[in-house]
This record gives sequence, structure tokens and C-alpha cells, in this order.
Amino acid sequence: MLLGPSLFVSAVLFTLGVAGVLLRRNAIVIFMCVELMLNAVNLTFIALAQTLGVAGQIIVFFVMAVAAAEAAVGLAIILAIFRHRATLNLERINLLKG
Amino acid sequence: MPGSILASVWLVPALPLAGFVMNGALALLRPGSKRAVSVIGVGVLAAAFALAVAVVLELARRHPEAPLVFHYWPWLPVGPLRVDYALQLDPLSGVMLLVVTGISALIHLYSVGYMHDDPGYARYFAELNLFVFFMLTLVLGASFPVMFVGWEGVGLCSYLLIAFWFNEKINADAGLKAFIVNRIGDFGFLVAMLLIFRHTGSLDFTDVFARAPTAFTAGDRTITAITLLLFLGCTGKSAQIPLYTWLPDAMQGPTPVSALIHAATMVTAGVYLVARCAVLFALSPVASAVVAGVGALTALFAATIGLKQWDIKKVLAYSTISQLGYMFLGVGSGAYAAGIFHLTTHAFFKALLFLGAGSVIHAMHRAYHATHSHEDAQDMRNMGGLKAHLPWTCGLMWIATLAIAGVPPLSGFFSKDEILGAAFARGAAQPAWYVFWGLGLVAALCTAFYMTRLMLYTFHGLNRTGDAERAQLHEAPWVMTGPLLVLGVLTTLGGVLNLPPLLGGGERLEHWLEPVTEGAARLAPVLSPAPGIEGLLIGVAVAVALAGLVGAWRLLDLERLVPARLAPPERGLGRLLWKKYYIDELYAALIVRPVVWMSREVLWRLVDQRLVDGVGVNGAARVSRALGWVGSQMQTGELGFYVMLFVAGVVVVLGAAVR
Repeated sequence: MLLGPSLFVSAVLFTLGVAGVLLRRNAIVIFMCVELMLNAVNLTFIALAQTLGVAGQIIVFFVMAVAAAEAAVGLAIILAIFRHRATLNLERINLLKG
Repeated sequence: MPGSILASVWLVPALPLAGFVMNGALALLRPGSKRAVSVIGVGVLAAAFALAVAVVLELARRHPEAPLVFHYWPWLPVGPLRVDYALQLDPLSGVMLLVVTGISALIHLYSVGYMHDDPGYARYFAELNLFVFFMLTLVLGASFPVMFVGWEGVGLCSYLLIAFWFNEKINADAGLKAFIVNRIGDFGFLVAMLLIFRHTGSLDFTDVFARAPTAFTAGDRTITAITLLLFLGCTGKSAQIPLYTWLPDAMQGPTPVSALIHAATMVTAGVYLVARCAVLFALSPVASAVVAGVGALTALFAATIGLKQWDIKKVLAYSTISQLGYMFLGVGSGAYAAGIFHLTTHAFFKALLFLGAGSVIHAMHRAYHATHSHEDAQDMRNMGGLKAHLPWTCGLMWIATLAIAGVPPLSGFFSKDEILGAAFARGAAQPAWYVFWGLGLVAALCTAFYMTRLMLYTFHGLNRTGDAERAQLHEAPWVMTGPLLVLGVLTTLGGVLNLPPLLGGGERLEHWLEPVTEGAARLAPVLSPAPGIEGLLIGVAVAVALAGLVGAWRLLDLERLVPARLAPPERGLGRLLWKKYYIDELYAALIVRPVVWMSREVLWRLVDQRLVDGVGVNGAARVSRALGWVGSQMQTGELGFYVMLFVAGVVVVLGAAVR
């Protein structure tokens, strides 16, 4: 029941997330794209749970919990970087290199 | 045999070893305690000699046909090879036992006087004791490996004692030369040992010599190779052509060392080895001829060099090489008893000559020391007329000179005559031996000449030492003249050991050695000249000796001799002899310099520095650094680039998984 369209939307969302991470420079936008990818994966889990059992739906809760924790830590890091460098452009945050 | 004195034969080498340990400890802890060092150093040798006499007397009483072998502990049990640490008593090792301990005891006593003022006194006695231990291991060893331990050990001690005054480079170099040249010979010994084990399956003397006649066919290539390789070892240790060059340089060591190691005992190890392996050499006529030929050639070659040396010890060194040549001529002719006989008498008179020369050098050195002169105390041109100052030394050295020249009835006459007689008798079957005999005879003429020259230049004529120094020349103390006196008696009477039947003797030494030599005698009978010819040969030998003596007396002009610093350079043939036929220079050009060049330019600069260091060590470092550089270039610090790589990696992995 709507498995194909659900997976299609999920794939589109995931690709958008990847493209955003690869192409954007702003840390907050990249962070949002990562969230987008996580939610794309959640959608896949929900869609497949209909045929493969309830485990997929339970995993979605775990993912949401981890995503919330990640958002807390990630936003704190972004805030700390901004205080130090006064920018969120990742091309200029490149001190750690060989 | 337990309970008998024979079972305590292990004590004979153990005593000098104990002396080495104690003197070595004293040398490290209390180098100043000369009295204790003297008592230990001489005491252990006196005890060893007394025990050796008791052992050999007991051996003579039993006179067993087979060697008595004493096994102490298993040393190398490897597969089918089983080598015990075992000592062997038989007539041959009995003779060597007496010679080594007796001469060593005398020379240790002499050293007490000679080395008295040396700061390295304790070290000297420790090393000398260690030498005697290894020498006794060499002559008592019951198998090739045990003998080899002694063989290498005496080489080590020889090196240590030649370079005893190592803070002068010339001495250290002489020690190195002796060691390295000996290594060449030792290589031959080692390979011969491996071949013997391969073909007979054993390394014990009794087994090898019992199996040899069946394991090898006479005149075979294998046995010839084995015996020639053994002889290569002998040419190194016993200073024969072509490896003799180290012995004259070895004179840089203290004079008692030259007397003990480089005249009386260690250098005769090669002769002992050939006599010990008589069965093997008897199986190979080629090797026997090589041994005799090299011996005869060395005898003459070294004797001619001795004619023109000025250093008193160098003359004696070349004389030693020459006399060793005689011994090899004897054992190569199958006259093993004659070779060992000459070994014994030579130990007496050559030790006497060296110790006498030591007394002379001692007196000269003290005289020059007293006047702070830096003249050469060993150059005969600085001596002359020492008879008045050193009467005992002079008289005793004359006895030794007449003995080595072969004047009857002194010991050297009998032994040398027997060797020449045996060589001549062999000539009837193989004419080459007539040539060897002729070489030996000419060498005898040179021997008489250069020894008389040495005596005349040193003790007779006017003194050339210097006016201030002359009053300082004194005879050595009794600890030095005492051993000289004992050796003088032995030199005079040593011929009794083996008087030939022609002169009313019983050839005692020859009969005594029969159990050792009979195996070889069965394979290659010992020949002796017919009685008529024997008398003629003796006459010729005596005539030659007297000709040399009188010739030197008449030809040498003592008045024209001037001290070394004023002497004009030699010319012509004299220069060739004085320069020792330029053999050292030849070896330097042909062998030493190419080897050094090869080592420095190829092995060091090319192989070690360029290949191992450059390509290997530094190359590995450079490759790792390059790889590291490549890796570090990926660490751009740009997050986007990392993510891109990450995504690309995921795509590749997923792509591979899906396919």
C-alpha cells in the first residue's frame, strides 16, 4: 500500500540531504540537511514496517531520540564555533589539515 | 686406570688455567702485587712440569700400545657426531707434554727477571699461563675439535702477547698480522676437519686413524685434499712458505714470549699435527712431497734472509722459520721420529738463543735507559764486544750456536743429521728428495754462517754501544741466567735422546714413538740410508757446518762495522736479503692492498654506505615519508572534501554489495 511512492519520496529526500551536505557551506544548513537524511531514513523504516513487521516503527523512535541528542550537541558545537570564529562558513574553518 | 697417576693428567693443563684465573684477577684488582704473581705464575708451571714428569714416567713404565684416552664430559653430541672433551696420552703427546711444560717453566722463571720493571707484569703472567693451558690442550686433545680449541687458543695468546705493549702501533699491527695470517691457515684446518668427518664419520684420533686405511684409497684425491688443507693450517701456525711473514714481525713482543711461543712451542704445533696425522700423510705421497718440499724450500729461503738481518731477534726469527722447515722436511720424508726429535732439540737450543738474546737486549736496554739514549737496543751494529760484559750469556749462546749449526756432539747435530739422512734415503725411490736434501744442506751452510755472524757481531770485536753506555752493561740476574744454564745443559746432552745405532746409540726416541708412527710406517716404510752412506752423509753435514762457521769467521770484517745510525745503506744482493726479498712488499701489493681497497671502496663505500645505508635503511625511510606525504595531502581540513570522499566510499561499497 503506497510502498513504491513512499520509498520514492524517501529517496528524493535523502538525495536532497546528501546534495545539501555536499554543496552548502553554512554549518546550520548542513546540519539541517543531515536531519533531512535522518527523516528520509525514518520514512523508509515506516514504509517497510507495513510488510516486514513492527520492528521498523520501533527503530524510528530510537532514531528520533538519537537525532534529538545530536541536535543538542551539534547546535552547541556550532554555537561555540561561531563565538570563536564569528563565521559559520565551513570553507574558512579548516585549521585541522596535513 | 682410576687411582693411578695417569688419571690426573687433566691437572697438567688445569694448573696453568688456574694460574691464569688467579693472575688475571690480580692483574685487574691489584696489578702491583708482583711477588704473588711471580709465585703463582712460576709455581703452577713448576707443579705442572713435576706432574708431567710423573705422568710420563708412569706411561713409560706401562708403555701401552694403544693411546690412553680420558673422557671428561660430552662436548658436542650432534646427530651422528659425538665429540667428548677428552685428553689422550700416548708417546707423542708425552714428549710434547714434557717439552711444553719444561720449557715453559724455565721461561716463566726467566720472565720474572726480564719483565720485572714492566707495569703490565701481572697481565703478562696471566696471558703466559693461559698460553700454556691452550698449548697443553693442543698436544693432549684426543680429537680434532679439542686440538682445534688449543690451536685457536694459542693463536689468541700469541696475538695478545705480540701486542703486549699495545700502546705502540707497530706492536699492535704485528699482533694483528700474526692473527690474520694464522686465520688463513686455520681455515684450511677447519675444512680438513669437516672432510675427515664426512669420509670417516668420526673426529676422534683413534677412530679416524683406525678407519683411514679403509676409508681412503692411497693417493686418492680426497686424502690429498685433506692432508694439503691440514698442511695449510701448519704453514700458518708453523710459519712456512707462503704464510711465514707473520713470525719475523712477531718479534715485537717481549723476548721470553718469542722464546716460548715463537720458537719452542706454539710454532712447532704444525709439526706435531703432521706427526699426529702420520697415517693420513702416509696415504698421500703427493702431500708428503709437498710437506717435504715446502719444508726444504723454507729452510733455505729463511736461512738466506737471516744472513743479512741486523736485528738480533730477526736473525733468530728467520732461523726459527728455517729450522721449522727442517722439521717439515723430516716429517714429510716419513721420518716422524726425526722431526719430533728436531722439534725437541730445537726447543732447547732456540729457547736458549732467544733467552740469551733477551739477556743481551735487557743489558743494552738498561744501558741506553741509564743514559737516556734512544738507540736501537736490538741492532747488532750497536753491540760488539759484549763477551766481556755478559760472559755467561756469551758462553751459553755459543753452545746453542754450535748446536744449531750441527757440530757434534751437540744435540742439533743428531736431529738435523737424521732428517737429512731420511731425506737422502727417500731420494733413492723418488729423486725429488735428492733436491730437498741438497736444499737442506745449503740451508745448513747458511745456518752455520748467520749464527756465527750473530755471535761475532754481538759478542766479539770492539764495543760499539757508546762510551757512556759501556759502563752500564751488566750480566742479567740469576733468575735469568739460571734457566739459560739449564737449557745449555739440555742443548749439550739432548742428542742422547735418540743416538743413532751407527754411533752406538739405541734410537730411544724412535722406539718410544713407535706406537704412534707404526700405522704410518706400515703404509709407507721409513727408509734409512745404508750404513756406509750414512757415515758419508754425517761427514758431509759436519764439513758443511764447519765450513759455515769458519767461513763466517774469515769473511766477516768486524773492524769495518759501525753503529746503526752511521751505517751506509746496503746495496745489491745484500739489500735484497736485508729487505727479505721484498716478500712483504709483494704481499702488500698483491693481496693486502687489493683486499683493503676492496673492503674500503667496494664493501664499505659501495655496499655498506650506498646499498645498505642508502638504498636499504634511508630508502625505507624515504618511501615511508613519501607515502606519508601522499596521505597528508588528503587531510585538507575542508569538511566538504571529507564528505565527498565519504559519500564516494559509500557508493563504491554499496555498488560492490549490490552487484
